[in-house]
Amino acid sequence: MSLVIDDLTVTIGDRRVVDGVSLHVPDGARVGMIGESGSGKSLTTLAVLGLLPDGARATGSIRLDGRELLGASERELAGLRGRVVGTVFQDPGTTLDPVVTVGRQIAEPLRLHTRIGRRDARARAVAAAAEVGLPEPESVVDLYPHQLSGGQRQRVGIAMALINRPGLVLADEPTTALDVTTQAEVLALFQRLVDERRTSLLFVTHDLAVLSRITDHAAVLSHGRVVESGPVEQLLHRPEHEVTRGLVEATRATTWRAS
Amino acid sequence: MSDRTTDTAPPLLVARGLTRTFTLPRRSPFQPGPVRHALVDADLEVAAGESVALIGESGSGKSTLVRLLLALDRATSGTVAFDGRTVAPDRASRLRWLRRQTGIVLQDPYSSLDPRMRVGDTIAEPLRALGVEGDHDRLVAEMLERVGLDAGDAEAWPHEFSGGQRQRIALARALVHRPRLLIGDEPMSALDVTVRAQVLDLLRELRDERGLALLLVSHDIGLVQHLADRVAVLRDGRIVEQGATDDVLRRPRHDYTRTLVDSVPTLD
Amino acid sequence: MRRGAFVRDLLGRPQGAFGVGWLAVVVACAVVSRFWTPLDPFDTDPYSAWLTPSPAHPFGTDSVGRDIFSYVFAATGTTVVVAVASGVVATVVGVGLAALGSLTARWVRESVAVLIDVLVAFPTLLIAMALAAAFGGSLTVVVVAVGIGYGVSIARVSRSEIRRVARTDYVLAARANGLGTGAVLRRHLLPNVAPVFVVQLSLSMATSVLAEAGLSFLGYGAPADTASWGRLLSDLQKFIGIHPGSVVWPGLAITLTVLALNLLGDAVRDASDPRLRSGRAGRGAAAGPTGRPTGPTGPVTPAAPSRPVAPEVVS
Repeated sequence: MSLVIDDLTVTIGDRRVVDGVSLHVPDGARVGMIGESGSGKSLTTLAVLGLLPDGARATGSIRLDGRELLGASERELAGLRGRVVGTVFQDPGTTLDPVVTVGRQIAEPLRLHTRIGRRDARARAVAAAAEVGLPEPESVVDLYPHQLSGGQRQRVGIAMALINRPGLVLADEPTTALDVTTQAEVLALFQRLVDERRTSLLFVTHDLAVLSRITDHAAVLSHGRVVESGPVEQLLHRPEHEVTRGLVEATRATTWRAS
Repeated sequence: MSDRTTDTAPPLLVARGLTRTFTLPRRSPFQPGPVRHALVDADLEVAAGESVALIGESGSGKSTLVRLLLALDRATSGTVAFDGRTVAPDRASRLRWLRRQTGIVLQDPYSSLDPRMRVGDTIAEPLRALGVEGDHDRLVAEMLERVGLDAGDAEAWPHEFSGGQRQRIALARALVHRPRLLIGDEPMSALDVTVRAQVLDLLRELRDERGLALLLVSHDIGLVQHLADRVAVLRDGRIVEQGATDDVLRRPRHDYTRTLVDSVPTLD
Repeated sequence: MRRGAFVRDLLGRPQGAFGVGWLAVVVACAVVSRFWTPLDPFDTDPYSAWLTPSPAHPFGTDSVGRDIFSYVFAATGTTVVVAVASGVVATVVGVGLAALGSLTARWVRESVAVLIDVLVAFPTLLIAMALAAAFGGSLTVVVVAVGIGYGVSIARVSRSEIRRVARTDYVLAARANGLGTGAVLRRHLLPNVAPVFVVQLSLSMATSVLAEAGLSFLGYGAPADTASWGRLLSDLQKFIGIHPGSVVWPGLAITLTVLALNLLGDAVRDASDPRLRSGRAGRGAAAGPTGRPTGPTGPVTPAAPSRPVAPEVVS
């Protein structure tokens, strides 16, 4: 499944929070968006699925396998969310409903988009829990979010995003709120699942090191604009724009150097 | 990191066998409540002018340790001594000697400044509380300029500043009374990477020009590598490994340390 | 907080201007009515019953010929006394319970918490009515019952706010910088808890006005020789079928006063919050990129205390 964002502009009030962003995620590719806070990367992701906040207006074009999403009806978009496009958000503590069991939440996209009975849905949820590495899947599905650790909750989020075998996954800072060891595990999980199923991935992060581990191509955003894009290897070693250079230098100055 | 002599310096802060246990509310009247061992038998030393990092993930006990070291909480057992004097919770007036020599910077720049106090008043708080002599306004103005802000910003409110600027204000507050030890509890984790680099530089400058001892609590191994002489790794309330930064991080002896270091995503 | 800026901000807001303005009028009338009223509010004249508004009787007369305007004018005194007195009682009860419930030893705190929850469950107006039945209707009964009833409500909200502020990072930093308990209370707890408290207090004062009106309406409140809007409302509404116009006057007086108190409370809270003033963005010599917010979308919005649900007047 391919995603083409063409000259996307999002205005909130009189501010252009996303200013002419163009981005291409070819089928099966792993593309990243990196930028500091306020750069517009999260809003770009939200725009893809029509999840922009009230009062935001978007112009431009967003095409999923050629099909125009911008301006599509809420009904059409709802049909795509969770089925054709899966999303993983940043904070598993707040994106999971605290009063619904984890199993039911994993199965929710399934029950929303397919005709599946309760028992089958549960079986699928158990299978999904196992796939994302949750311990004791049979019993985990009956637990509530607060009974799981942050890393486990994020795995639940990933299971929810992938259960309908979407062609595209949008991930917005999925590991930022996690501990460093958990982050490594969740990233590895991400990589494995995306590889196995050849899902396209759009991964948003502020962390250059994470970007380099997960994605092959990336766009650098600043103040709502794409200032540079290309293979991640090139962005790291031969950055052209000063924002990119600034990011790389600052990251080197504050990140672990193994050698 | 080498021209600050740390080998022969006397220990400034010494913690021995620090333990903190919490008894949680009991679930039934017939059984005692469950016990949580937040910190178990921790030994730690910071010499004058030395930078020590405490590496731990959430739940490792690092915040508990910081509170115990600052007498903001009472240890279940173990001792803390600063410059040879025992440190234990007491009335604020009796702890003034300790407060005069320590400064703290916390993690969240959006909640560490009182939203109803002007920036200048916030920075001057230690000066007032500790009865420091001298022209407070001038000291505040100097501090503001030193951290890269404007002397005129003393009249402004915290909400007018960005996260990085707020951390600078917090740093100003922590150092205005010229302490000998600065304690940072994840001071950079809420900041963007370019801001982080700037604040890191600032921190290093301040440390070097004042001969500050630094106790940095962080889960960020990169930061630790760039700032600390010695490192202690905390896990589930226990210090599992301690030593010179390079030794511990490049040749870890404990499995947990190894996992930590391996988990960090690196550039290339 | 610079005093001049606060007052200017307060009066600059429409709620503040209206609140201060109307309440000033009420207070002025209350003071003046101690010494002078246009006509004697209790002077009955059966031949002048149900007169329509005229220069002699701006609001007309009631069933026994009393001048409604003078009566409404005189009743402001009752309103002010009830609002202020119950406000004082509510503050004492509220602050006392809140302090006991947050700044003491654990067992005291927890007992007080339970006590507060139990007391909040009591329907204030029923208690007022019971007391009035026992001791006879009087303003004192109204003030005490309403003051205690809403004081407990204030305590509940203030207590949780105290606990929230006590756990903030800036309080921790203050203690680490050497501030003693008393200083932390004065410099950090009070200014940050005050806004919630002020809103609650204004709510309770407004409700006390309504409560007095309601109780007097039912015959449990102000005695017959004390002018009260509620009592007037009660007298006039009996004839609402024949003379529907006159209930407007006491009704409007009550409504405007309650509204003014509510809005003033909001305005005071807003005017005292530095974050809600017109702030200048991007200060500082090094105006660099912003720090990372904790959520996926954008900067932190100030946590202005939200208006809590007012206890039902008719319970």
